[in-house]
Amino acid sequence: MKRTLPLIIVAGSGFFMLVAFFIPSKFFQDTSQTFQNWYIGVAAFFVFIGILNLVKINIEKIQRKLRDWRYCYILLFFLAFTMATGFIQGREGKAFLYMFYNFQTPLGATMFSLLAFFMASATFRAFRAKTPEATILLIAALLVMLGRIPVGYWIWHNYPDLVEWIMTGPNTAAKRGILFGIDLGLISMALRVLLGIERSYMGGGGE
Amino acid sequence: MLLTIFFVLSGIVVKAFDTPNDDGSSITITWHSDSTYKSYEILRGLNPNVQFDKICEANGKDTIFFDADVTPNKNYYYIIKGKNDSLINLSQIIGPIKSKTQFFNMFYLNLGICIAVLFFAIIFYIMRARSGGKLFIRRIPALNALEEAIGRATEMGKAVLYVPGIMDIDDPQTIASMSILARVAEKTASYGTTLYVPTSRSMAMSMAQQIVKESATKVGRPDWYNPDNIRYVTDDQFGYVSAVDGIMVRDRPAANLYLGTFYAESLILAETGHSTGAIQIAGTAMSDQLPFFVAACDFTLLGEELYAASAYLSQEPIQLGSLKGQDLGKLLFVMVILIGVISQLINWPVFYNLFNTCQP
Repeated sequence: MKRTLPLIIVAGSGFFMLVAFFIPSKFFQDTSQTFQNWYIGVAAFFVFIGILNLVKINIEKIQRKLRDWRYCYILLFFLAFTMATGFIQGREGKAFLYMFYNFQTPLGATMFSLLAFFMASATFRAFRAKTPEATILLIAALLVMLGRIPVGYWIWHNYPDLVEWIMTGPNTAAKRGILFGIDLGLISMALRVLLGIERSYMGGGGE
Repeated sequence: MLLTIFFVLSGIVVKAFDTPNDDGSSITITWHSDSTYKSYEILRGLNPNVQFDKICEANGKDTIFFDADVTPNKNYYYIIKGKNDSLINLSQIIGPIKSKTQFFNMFYLNLGICIAVLFFAIIFYIMRARSGGKLFIRRIPALNALEEAIGRATEMGKAVLYVPGIMDIDDPQTIASMSILARVAEKTASYGTTLYVPTSRSMAMSMAQQIVKESATKVGRPDWYNPDNIRYVTDDQFGYVSAVDGIMVRDRPAANLYLGTFYAESLILAETGHSTGAIQIAGTAMSDQLPFFVAACDFTLLGEELYAASAYLSQEPIQLGSLKGQDLGKLLFVMVILIGVISQLINWPVFYNLFNTCQP
């Protein structure tokens, strides 16, 4: 029963949502919208679970004086401070927005900017012509990179068109092939879940 | 300035019809005119002999309006009024028009056929697997490497880091990832290896905790389960990345598994993991992120392989049967594409139109 009831709920609601997608009647559309609203409600509740987990783990770390425990004070202080300003002043509050624009946004941008350096290092490794496939990748990448900058046009005025063909022809074809497989895989997995064949998402490896 | 207004009872040709494939809550009105107007007024009435009310004013370039404020099975009449500085031109009264609820959305017919074909293909192969038929499934190197990666981490006495993507459990990739997590948790629990699962969504954390706990119990190691290792970090994309990078750099897990939905953070995670010398296995259905994972990881599950992973790892005949059914579906669709290409090349539009009519 511990597993049967969740499986019945998954199969019932899943098949209902699938049927509702194809049937435009008001009942099906309204009910499927209600299901989705329930999900939003549940997700909103889980925000508190997440915060509780964060607080619990950090307090335990402080109590047990585990490695880097002092940083937990900073996290807990800013968590409480941000929440307090948000509750007192609202989402448009001056202090709340100040922290968002001057702390969170630059910190996020800093992490994002690391991408440029990581891209260079990953590209360097990927473009080493060790195999025929890597060599084709290297040649295609060099052609595209040259065509995306003015030098490409100076070399040959039709060069950007060649690059455009590589992007819209072979590149798009390969990408669509992958997307095609992804969509079929997605439908297949959804059917496995709805039919109760795939149960490992409930833990215990599906037994 | 003398303003002259003309009322002309012709010049604007109007068509009104029940909007197809909806719940009967809309009527579509289209029009065209040889003259140019600055704007159009759409007037609606319940009776052709009484006053019409203005329901909308459209731009002079517009030629279509969806009246979404109608009751199904009720008669409506429409007039379009074309307006210029000195000219007002009225169309003839169009009606009666009734909106009706459609039973099936024909826009999605092709998708419905696709799902039905896959459904029957999967059922066919599941039945074949049940009757003892031998099924061949191609080898997926990234999944074969999973056990090797966990074994390596065990031998080194280090942890395994499992990153289930940055989306919530309403994302199919996260569901697929959770299914793989169950298998990974079984292995790590039976070997007694530490498993870290930092999550970006609290609901995903809750699900991951339950899965890992159940898996540990299944292999007879409930004592191994530590809920603190499966923790919520933050919903913020780059905040999450910095926290996971921190785990990699501080704890140096021997195996990093990135399976789920990833965006710009894919390469930041994979390159940091590479710099720590960990064996890395990634899998995502985000086609834009796949090149980054291929470049930075040792093994990558490409798109559909992520969805097939759990079934592949289970090696259960019924699950493998569903994979075989998916392959048959793929073969059928490849054939449809080839016929489509040939029909276009030989200028035979019948086949193409079969799908064209299904476009919204």
